[in-house]
Amino acid sequence: MSTITSRDDTQKRSFTAAASTYVNERTSLAGFVKELGRKAFPDHWSFLLGEVALFSFVVILITGTFLTFFFQASMAEVHYDGSYVPLKGVEMSVAMASTLDISFDIRGGLFVRQMHHWAALLFVASIGLHMLRIFFTGAFRKPRELNWVIGFTMFILAMGEGFTGYSLPDDLLSGNGLRIIDGLIKGIPVIGTWTSFLLFGGEFPGTAIVGRLYTLHILLLPAILVALIAIHLVFVVVHKHTQYAAPGKTQQNAVGPPILPIYAAKAGGFFFIIFGVLALIASMFTINPIWSYGPYDPSPVSAGTQPDWYIGFADGALRLIPPGWEFVWLDRTWSFNILVPLIAIGIFIVLVVIYPFIEAWVTGDKREHHIADRPRNAPTRTAIGAAGVTFYAGLWAAASSDILATHFSLTMEGVIHALQAVVIIGPFLAYFITKRVCIALQKKDREIVLHGYESGRIVKLPGGEFIEVHQPLDEYDRWRLVSYDAYQPLMIRPNARGKITVGQKLRAGMSRWFFEDRIAPVTRGELEASHSAHH
Amino acid sequence: MNRSKRRTGRRHPLATVALLALGLVFTGGAYAALSTGTAQAEAEPTSQATIEEGKKLFQANCATCHGLEAQGTANGPSLIGVGAAAVDFQVGTGRMPMQMQGPQAQQKPPQFEDEQVKQLAYYVASLGPGPDIPADHLVNGGGDAANGAELFRINCAMCHNVAGAGGALTEGKFAPPLTDVSGVHIYEAMVTGPQNMPVFNDLNISPEDKRDVITYLKYVQDNRSPGGFELGSLGPVAEGLFIWIFGLGAIVAITVWITAKSN
Repeated sequence: MSTITSRDDTQKRSFTAAASTYVNERTSLAGFVKELGRKAFPDHWSFLLGEVALFSFVVILITGTFLTFFFQASMAEVHYDGSYVPLKGVEMSVAMASTLDISFDIRGGLFVRQMHHWAALLFVASIGLHMLRIFFTGAFRKPRELNWVIGFTMFILAMGEGFTGYSLPDDLLSGNGLRIIDGLIKGIPVIGTWTSFLLFGGEFPGTAIVGRLYTLHILLLPAILVALIAIHLVFVVVHKHTQYAAPGKTQQNAVGPPILPIYAAKAGGFFFIIFGVLALIASMFTINPIWSYGPYDPSPVSAGTQPDWYIGFADGALRLIPPGWEFVWLDRTWSFNILVPLIAIGIFIVLVVIYPFIEAWVTGDKREHHIADRPRNAPTRTAIGAAGVTFYAGLWAAASSDILATHFSLTMEGVIHALQAVVIIGPFLAYFITKRVCIALQKKDREIVLHGYESGRIVKLPGGEFIEVHQPLDEYDRWRLVSYDAYQPLMIRPNARGKITVGQKLRAGMSRWFFEDRIAPVTRGELEASHSAHH
Repeated sequence: MNRSKRRTGRRHPLATVALLALGLVFTGGAYAALSTGTAQAEAEPTSQATIEEGKKLFQANCATCHGLEAQGTANGPSLIGVGAAAVDFQVGTGRMPMQMQGPQAQQKPPQFEDEQVKQLAYYVASLGPGPDIPADHLVNGGGDAANGAELFRINCAMCHNVAGAGGALTEGKFAPPLTDVSGVHIYEAMVTGPQNMPVFNDLNISPEDKRDVITYLKYVQDNRSPGGFELGSLGPVAEGLFIWIFGLGAIVAITVWITAKSN
């Protein structure tokens, strides 16, 4: 500010200076910009994944707005009269016809439609990858537990956005998807049928669903998403960003380039890169060719009918249920082929949401954590994550069981049975393998800290003995390897009335499960001892 | 032999080669003329010569499984009454003679010339009445694509996929992709129901409707997707795989580049 004033006296004020003074005198933004602009943002590629999600969401908003100009969310019947020959004169809903018009008769319409859809796929995919980063580095620990819950809520909402959008064109593929949702809802005991009739405004498919989904898709869900994104970002500012352990990085600071000007410039450029990548993909690759699917009609079902990738896990869960899991009881059909997947997925989702609280309770750790863990340094958490990923991946792969069968010349039954095994046994295998790999990596780290790298240089001592010379680690590398938290199983302690509660026992058991097998970080004493032994 | 000696000779050094080439052209040309001549002679489906030729081919190539009189054996069904269309489809697409026993006969490069396929077909047709090879106007794609597309969605898409990309059936069987099947073979498949396919007879789907279905499939074969590369027309699975591997892959590479430390 002082430089501006001094220049003010000697020469003409620049336009920027004048404008910013004008704005600041009326809004007092300077303090805020100064504060925010000097926030440091640690540099690591995985810290940009959330930004990928944010920027693809912006692309979705821009392209989506364009699409609302031309899309008509009506299920009134018309005869198509656009330029796509194999559908000429075919009866369809106005929604389908207007989507075809966007694709064939509105300049740039197909490009924008494809960009919207590709951006949606990227949006959910980048959220997924972002969540994996948060999970495996322990960035959900205090004080960020609530932000984890908000983020996960947005993941669910993003899936809702995706599914409602996918259903809007009223084409055959999305109609099949809606039929599955209808079946799922009807499979819920007691309230199922009522709920389905409420949602569809009568018997499926009715004439109301597209309009209703449209309201959800362009109004309610985006509004909630935008609000949650704002809270999510405010939390990031309030908590500071996490960073990886390195010399000079502590629980109290955040080391990295400041937001203004470096980080803001990078992020701004990154937005245009994402926009560009999506535009490139949209201009070269077909997505959701509704013209080949044709209008929805409840009778035909196409081979290879799948939902978009992010709903795949739910479709896969339905496909993996063995036949015959339903029976009649109390004069009602109980569809366990639908209830079991619903319950399993429900439990999975709840476990993911509350995981930060479970871990905090098990460790009994009340401290704040701003240094991100290396996954190997939290073997049990990493192993749990790997088990969860395997479970999800098995369900996800099952959604493409028919395509796996045709493209790898396998039998459909073989694929299904193999994936049933992956979903049920796979998580346990993944858990044990991952945990052992983590502990082995920790042992290797410990070995390197204490004895240095193997240099490959063999030296013969005067006595005839051969030794390999080890290259000692420099202090920067060593810091990275030794600075992590050492936890130990909690002890069972009687409470004030001298009793050991069931909760206490459970907690001690869980804690033992978490920290029984552990490699403690190298201490200063051990380091000095090893140094004196070497020299 | 040195250069000076060669120059003294009366003939040009390439004369032998030229003579050989000339001879080959004449022989080949004469053979081609002769063989087209025989093909024209055998175009008559009911001619005794055609049927005789077909019978010879049949006994040499098919009788092991289908029996010397096409009456069927434990290894292959009777072919009496299957008609010319069935033979033209099975042999013309290379499914027969079968490469190996399996969930279903695999397609492979056809083993016989067109003309031999016809001879086989008319021999089998002579054993009993059955569906004939369709007339040209039914298979050239001159019908109503929109009607064909609707019929295709209702009758065919549950196995062959709505874009004709093919699909899985049980026990390792599958419905093949229809992206490069000729009109004649599509028609013959509909009337004879090869492998696991049901028969769509003329009461079920009229010949004109069959022509429309073929018209639609030809339209899809001839017109590439207006949206760009089709990713195999496999729908959301291919799209999801693409965005995870190439979309997100490219973007992760860019994030690494953005946060890389400058030297």
